Amino acid sequence: MSATLPITEAVEVRRTAEGLELELTGVWSVRELGAIEAALERIDVASVPRVRIAAAGISELDLSGAWALRGFVRRARRAGAEVAFRGAPPDQLRLVEQTLAEPAAPEEAAPGEADPTAARPGPAEPGDRALVAIGRYVVRSGHDLVAGLAFFGRTCVTLAANLVRPWRLRPISIVRHVYDTGITAMPIVALIAFLICVILAYLSAQQLRGLGADIYVVDLVTIGVLRELGVLLTSVIVAGRSGSSFAAELGSMKLNEEVDALTATGADPIELLVVPRVLGLAIALPLLTVIADLIGLTGGALLCRFLLDMPLEQYVNRVNESISATTFWVGIIKAPVFALLIAFAGCYRGMQVRGSARELGHLVTVAVVQAIFLVILADALFAVLFMRMKI
Amino acid sequence: MAAVVEVRGLVNRFGAQVVHDGLDMEVDADEVFGIVGGSGAGKSVLLRTILGLQRPQAGTVRIRGNDITHLSEAQLRPIKAGYGVAFQSGALYSGLTVLENVQLPMIEHLKLPPTALEGLALLKIRLVGLPADAAAKYPAQLSGGMVKRAAVARALALDPPLLFLDEPTSGLDPVSAAAFDDLVLYLQQHLKLTIVMITHDLDSIFRTCNRVGVIVDRRMESDTLERIVDNPHPWIQAYFHGERARERLGAERGA
Repeated sequence: MSATLPITEAVEVRRTAEGLELELTGVWSVRELGAIEAALERIDVASVPRVRIAAAGISELDLSGAWALRGFVRRARRAGAEVAFRGAPPDQLRLVEQTLAEPAAPEEAAPGEADPTAARPGPAEPGDRALVAIGRYVVRSGHDLVAGLAFFGRTCVTLAANLVRPWRLRPISIVRHVYDTGITAMPIVALIAFLICVILAYLSAQQLRGLGADIYVVDLVTIGVLRELGVLLTSVIVAGRSGSSFAAELGSMKLNEEVDALTATGADPIELLVVPRVLGLAIALPLLTVIADLIGLTGGALLCRFLLDMPLEQYVNRVNESISATTFWVGIIKAPVFALLIAFAGCYRGMQVRGSARELGHLVTVAVVQAIFLVILADALFAVLFMRMKI
Repeated sequence: MAAVVEVRGLVNRFGAQVVHDGLDMEVDADEVFGIVGGSGAGKSVLLRTILGLQRPQAGTVRIRGNDITHLSEAQLRPIKAGYGVAFQSGALYSGLTVLENVQLPMIEHLKLPPTALEGLALLKIRLVGLPADAAAKYPAQLSGGMVKRAAVARALALDPPLLFLDEPTSGLDPVSAAAFDDLVLYLQQHLKLTIVMITHDLDSIFRTCNRVGVIVDRRMESDTLERIVDNPHPWIQAYFHGERARERLGAERGA
């Protein structure tokens, strides 16, 4: 008694008295693997005493096909069947068996790479796991803070040493960074300062007009721009532009071992890479702030002229009356500090990159977010300081 | 029998700089073909052209009969599934583990269940002689030799009959390089692969290659290994009969 059940092109199954007879046909390649696996899966090997496989009909067999066949043979053997090939088993199957059986030579284990899973303790209770996660996060943040402070300290020391011995500074590199972070940022800084000041003037004009206090629009715009908005806007834009570019540039240099190459030649990467960026930005950011202030006041003037019909002369006079001697300087003094923070965040995160491109992307993001955060935090501290100083 | 890779009249030019000018190359099935040339002779440009990463100014590149210089990206896809490439520095995706690296071509080209993906990837990883625990590691955690092997495992992901290796033994110590040559021979014999290999390594050439193509004067001189060493071109003479080569050649001929 025998019945032929063709399942797919790949396998023909005959059930005989002694068990299964498999006739393998067609292309057994990685391309057909989905269908082959499905066909093999459908073959029921439970309580089959013998499986005989004829592989001569296969027109093309690659390693993946052989791997699927091996999986089936193992399954049949586990189910208690005796598996035999009619003729010699295919070479590829032998190769797969051999590859997966013999333990691979440990000759090329990477040095100094301990198994990271080895030291980890076993799974804990869900409540404990949350605690463990929080604990890990706190410890990691603590380390990160200490490392950041150390980097900040090193940068400051190198910077101070270089300022004392100015012939060690790299003027060409600094000028390049002034150009990259300052000159090329001028259009976008000017545009955003203009738009924001127009919005500010417009909003305040709407509110103050009801009180008949139109003239105070000028005070609001002038003091707002000179003390806070000019420098803050500029810093946020520069943090996005240059903080990310510092982090990406240094990060890819790290990945490319360029930083190691510098260190190996005895050069100090902080002195060569970080200090020019810090100084370049410290020069560029105050200049950008002046431009933002100027354009912001111009925007206010335009709005007052066309919305409030205020003559330009009156606007200029009012600007002069509203500011004190310190107003401009209170704003501009913050710029170098913000520049230092932005350059520091970008360079520090860039220098932290090791290993992979994904880490580079992550750290560039962190650099920008932290640069903006640090700028706003510093601005708040400045506000408190100036209030105490009654300026 | 038709050549597996056939390059005819290839011209590559960058501005005024002519890299290839009427270069011909032919690789037959089941052979290990070595591409040799001085630095800047255009070995990498040739490989990039064959892989379709760069269009030549003139000439044809046929891979198993298909002229790839005039195919669109979509038409190239099945042809690209028919060969594997191991780049010089490995070019492993640094954000993925070795296992995921090997799985990526399969995910791109095939629809397979996750168990099959994992089983096949592990098979390829073991096949190139990596220990099974290397599968979970990231490329940054591997040694140079392991990266090269992992790159070969990824190149073999789709069981291609054709394999390109770009300077596979560069940067390896002689012992690892010899072990890699053994791997190339092992794979060639057991998988019936056709292998095209760019290399500088004389030991590698003498050990693995059946035929060698030397890029000189913007063209290629190719011949069997035994005959190419007697080619009268001065660069080829200098290459195969230089101080470093003489010893090797003597040993080879004496044997």
